[in-house]
Amino acid sequence: MSAPTTYRQPVSRLWWMKKRTYFMFVMRELSSVFVGWFAVFLMVMVFAIGRGAASYQRFMDWAASPIVVVVNIVALAFAVLHTVTWFVLTPQAMVVRLGGRRVPAVKMVNVAGRTVPAATVVRVGGRVPAGMVIA
Amino acid sequence: MTKRHMEPIVWLLFSGGGVVAAVFLPVLVVLFGLAIPLGWVQPDYDHLHAVVSHWLTRLVLLGLLVLMLFHSAHRFRFTLYDGLQLRRLATPITVLCYGGALVGSFAALLIVLTL
Repeated sequence: MSAPTTYRQPVSRLWWMKKRTYFMFVMRELSSVFVGWFAVFLMVMVFAIGRGAASYQRFMDWAASPIVVVVNIVALAFAVLHTVTWFVLTPQAMVVRLGGRRVPAVKMVNVAGRTVPAATVVRVGGRVPAGMVIA
Repeated sequence: MTKRHMEPIVWLLFSGGGVVAAVFLPVLVVLFGLAIPLGWVQPDYDHLHAVVSHWLTRLVLLGLLVLMLFHSAHRFRFTLYDGLQLRRLATPITVLCYGGALVGSFAALLIVLTL
């Protein structure tokens, strides 16, 4: 690859600390770490269930240790952040037209909120929380 | 380059995993990450084993795990690119992220098959 000939202003590694919206963007992206963590957690759990009652009990004892509980509480926070931002962003990435008109984003999120299992969807009063939209 | 042809596929896996995680992840974390380990609910082992080893559960679990792993790998790749300004390390990051997701998916397949 040839070096760029135009000047590029160097960007600080902590650029996302400068503004709330940038910070929320990086937090949203960081949810990926916890999605991965919990996928592995579930995998190990299913493996333990397959190995018998004693092995399942050992897994649950490990999962009850303070560090793992704290990690899972943080994971829950990021999971909720992911759910909220995902439903807020989907109508922006996906344009649905009905009768030649674009369906407003708020309506789409509301429809999703009713059809999807209600317990898992956090509807912030059908409104977009401030600072959550980073499109 | 093949990488260009791979891009739509990884974006598809990212979106699929994103939807699955948005819908199921919070309740899964509450249930298996907190409620059961902390003893708020105590499912009977035999019952849990029977539910998990049903073929439909295995299929759903495999789909859930693979999609979540690729979603995570794809988003984490861009977190490293943009969040930490590591775009010049694009190739090793790409290999590590999707490689990890592939290894994880293979492990998930083995676990689900040998349950």
